[in-house]
Amino acid sequence: MTVWLMTGTNLMESSHGPSQTGRSVRSRDAARRPFEEIVAEHGPVVMRVCRALLGPADAADAWSETFLSALEAYPKLRPGSSTRGWLVTIAHRKAIDQLRSAARRPQPAGDLPESPVTDAASAGESSMDDDLRAALDALPAKQRGAVIYRYLADLSYAEVGELLESSAAAARRSAADGIANLRKHFSKGAKT
Amino acid sequence: MSDKQIIDRLTDAFAGAGDAFDSDGRLHSRLAALAERQGLLDVSYRTVDSPLGLLLLAATGEGLVRVAFSREDHDAVLARLASDISPRILRTPRRLDEAAHQLDQYFAGKRRAFSVPVDLQLAHGFRRSVLEHLRRIPYGVTQSYAAVARAAGNPSAVRAAASACSHNPLPLVVPCHRVVRSDGTTGEYLGGPEAKRALLAMEAAA
Repeated sequence: MTVWLMTGTNLMESSHGPSQTGRSVRSRDAARRPFEEIVAEHGPVVMRVCRALLGPADAADAWSETFLSALEAYPKLRPGSSTRGWLVTIAHRKAIDQLRSAARRPQPAGDLPESPVTDAASAGESSMDDDLRAALDALPAKQRGAVIYRYLADLSYAEVGELLESSAAAARRSAADGIANLRKHFSKGAKT
Repeated sequence: MSDKQIIDRLTDAFAGAGDAFDSDGRLHSRLAALAERQGLLDVSYRTVDSPLGLLLLAATGEGLVRVAFSREDHDAVLARLASDISPRILRTPRRLDEAAHQLDQYFAGKRRAFSVPVDLQLAHGFRRSVLEHLRRIPYGVTQSYAAVARAAGNPSAVRAAASACSHNPLPLVVPCHRVVRSDGTTGEYLGGPEAKRALLAMEAAA
């Protein structure tokens, strides 16, 4: 818990760019806003990130876990921090935890859906772009993270760097490489 | 495909996941239930329709802690609760169903006293003594500010008693509307003077 909060706090220190000040006039009071407002404002972006990281089947659990942890730590969140960066950091940790425990768990053959995508489709949810999903999952971890945090969570490269334990410049390179690899995947797909 | 097209395809694919992600409110309910079970929900709230407009009801684990009229600005009231009590606040109708039900009955003329537990932590000192006394003024009965000051233990504090009534965190449930001026005029009310007159008329007619 404390570790995530610390990571989040560090992340926030590096995110005090000019773009932040305009967005949040009451940033000094940010930590004291009712948590309900935080859920309403940031619920969608956290869900996008959870879906991108884990697929639709596990996204709901990761979303709940993220906001539950956030609720616990919320009174200690430093005023003026980027709430979105903080939440995405928690989601990132939760996703890593889930992927680790899923890897440890033995896979019963007939019990589980073959892949999260199949499950979503059968549940009648908006059908995810399967090809994109596969391409995203095939990216190296850093590139995948950089693409998701930069383009789906709209974090700055400095924030993405903090999350991936690298520099802003390295995060920018990872995101660019990730997009390049996605492009390669799709142009290959188009030819065949 | 250009980089821009790739990025657009990516954001489009996940746009739906964010926009309509909890249209039925199931995720939110689940979060609230988990938070309550783990003792992380310090304040829950809901709104309820009434003849006096939309009311905000907020409760701690102790009981009902705030009733607010819409003219008080519900967002501002919630922000105050976040700083006065705790920012761990979620909309959680269930914890407040009974209070909402009793208010419905009260406005329908079918209830004369509230039996939900209350949390008076937002009032301190003399103001709190005033609220404790107000809870004992029966339905349909009025009292003067001077009588309230006396009953709360400080006969000379008539203005302080009036101030305690006008800052009552639990209007309706703690019936500050039953306190009127010695000359018989209604006096101040959080919900506005017309609301106070309407409540007194309703209780007098019952």
